[in-house]
Amino acid sequence: MANERMAERTEERTVQPLHPLFELTAMRVREFMREKEAVFWVFIFPVLMTFALGIAFRNTAPDKTPVAIEATTDAKANETAQLLSGSTEITATVMSPSDAAQALRSGKVSIVVIPQNDSFEYRFDPTRPESRAARLMLDDVLQRGKGRADVVKTGEQRITEPGARYVDFLVPGLIGMNLMGSGLWGLGFTVVIARSRKILKRFAATPMRRSHYLFSFMLSRLVFLVLEVAAVIGFAWLVFDFTVRGSWLSLTLITVLGGFTFSGLGLLVAARPTTIEGVSGLMNFIMLPMWLLSGTFFSSERFPQVLQPFIKALPLTALNTVLRSVMNEGATLSSNWIPIAILVAWCVVSFVVALKIFKWQ
Amino acid sequence: MSTQTSAVVSTIAPGAQRVAVRCEGLVKRFTDVTAVDGLDLEVFTGECFGLLGPNGAGKTTTVEILEGLTAPDEGAVELLGQHWNDGDDRALRERIGVQLQETQLAEKVTVVETVRLFRSFYKRGHSVDDVIRTVALEEKRNARVGKLSGGQKQRLAVACALVSDPELLFLDEPTTGLDPQARLSLWDIVEKFQTRGGTILLTTHYMEEAARLCDRVAIMDHGKVIALGSPAELIESLGADQVIEFSVASALADDPLTTLPAVKHLHKRGEFYALTVSEIGVALPALLAEIERQQSEVVTLTTHQATLEDVFVSLTGRMLRDG
Repeated sequence: MANERMAERTEERTVQPLHPLFELTAMRVREFMREKEAVFWVFIFPVLMTFALGIAFRNTAPDKTPVAIEATTDAKANETAQLLSGSTEITATVMSPSDAAQALRSGKVSIVVIPQNDSFEYRFDPTRPESRAARLMLDDVLQRGKGRADVVKTGEQRITEPGARYVDFLVPGLIGMNLMGSGLWGLGFTVVIARSRKILKRFAATPMRRSHYLFSFMLSRLVFLVLEVAAVIGFAWLVFDFTVRGSWLSLTLITVLGGFTFSGLGLLVAARPTTIEGVSGLMNFIMLPMWLLSGTFFSSERFPQVLQPFIKALPLTALNTVLRSVMNEGATLSSNWIPIAILVAWCVVSFVVALKIFKWQ
Repeated sequence: MSTQTSAVVSTIAPGAQRVAVRCEGLVKRFTDVTAVDGLDLEVFTGECFGLLGPNGAGKTTTVEILEGLTAPDEGAVELLGQHWNDGDDRALRERIGVQLQETQLAEKVTVVETVRLFRSFYKRGHSVDDVIRTVALEEKRNARVGKLSGGQKQRLAVACALVSDPELLFLDEPTTGLDPQARLSLWDIVEKFQTRGGTILLTTHYMEEAARLCDRVAIMDHGKVIALGSPAELIESLGADQVIEFSVASALADDPLTTLPAVKHLHKRGEFYALTVSEIGVALPALLAEIERQQSEVVTLTTHQATLEDVFVSLTGRMLRDG
């Protein structure tokens, strides 16, 4: 009897609710973790993306430059092939004139060499940088092979700079994009679903503080943010030997700021719509320009000068800039105060406006 | 909105029952319709009060105004001696329990997690497990909301309303769409709450529900109260206690039917007739004779005790479910 009562009491203690802010946040986390699709898009997808793009654009030791030798006569072609076979930087293939032309057009070879009686002729497209480089290399090998002596001795120091590869550029961009996506989607959809299912209205009928409800989104975003950033960085570190050059504190602060900013934007887009279609449209309207312009996959500096002030004012551009500067260059936050100020401004404005226009039913 | 009513409390006569809910002259207009059109109500402490009416009568709008979720265009609300927007809405919300008609609670969380969340919003109240026991969901304690049946979901919604041990409970069509068994178990919960001294305001369009649960009923139509009283009083007001429903092979002339002895009221819907009668023993033979005189033939004929449905029909000429 006494045991029974004890058992009952301990069971009840396990469900003694804590502070509403904690309970709301726990609910957010539970709901998210039980949504398999959401877990995929937030955690798995960015890792897959890092992997795919990292592999596609990996900078390995430069491949040998492919060269075609046009078979004018067998003897000439073989002599040229002999001359080039000693080079570590060129692979030469003897081809018929038509095959050589085709290989050049399709980019299989960078240049075609046509052996003449006592000379060589190069056929290449000077607008292709690799073809111009190939011309220099090829000429050098042929001249030396024919007996040109070097005037002065030169040496080489070869280095591969980590932090300058494409994957190093990509990882901070993917983290920025992911923070934007999960902030907007995570808040936007959840709030609008709760509104359309009248859960917001039901909460409004309790003494729950409305600020607690909205703040619970920020807290749950913090939990996921740590996980999603760690997933991408950890993966890039394992597979691509990616390193963060700046301090982890700076990285933490900037990702938290980024997470909050996009939570604010998520709250803003979710402040009024009552349907998923409505909020999806708004989210695409906000995210699409940033996907294109904010320098996730390539530097936004490549866009025309007139667009630059607009691009720089976008929150994702600002976030990506600071993330790259901290992760790739090891910069401090204070040296990035302009993009940080832009982020803070977006964060504060979207929160204030969202709270003002938020509809509970 | 509150200035008008601040003096109302003192007007209660000595010895009168305490009032839990009072509203006066409530009006709520939407762009295309006036949902509530000058509504006065008083709900006494400890009673179960029913708003009965067809869909679109303004029941939900009325309840949501009382719950402080919708602001009325005109009129005043007093709840447990307090008013909405008096600067202490949260204190008032601590004292009421609300079940909304359309709330669909999150599906991926469990029963216990849901109740626990709602419990955390209130300073005082029942323990989570007590409430789950009250609504008989112990076995589903760790089941996800999405896996519950309609009746179980509705009981969970009521659990969330009861978790604060409220003085006043609002139930908006709590049993709509439930099977008879699920309806019975919900009625059971409501009755237990009332036994413990709670006040209930519920809306329904099921007359049997109102008759079974409610001490008093207000029948609503087009945003107004058209009848008010205990179910027994309302039925008595028909001046008749039996209803004869019948259909015949060929149409009858109406006038001779209404003048038959003991007939109080005739309601015709297609080829179906309903006669409200005070003495069935007198009315029935007369009716059969009249049908024969008009050279028609009875196809179906049933009789039943008058219900609230018949009250609504006699007041509006429509059935409750006609909407």
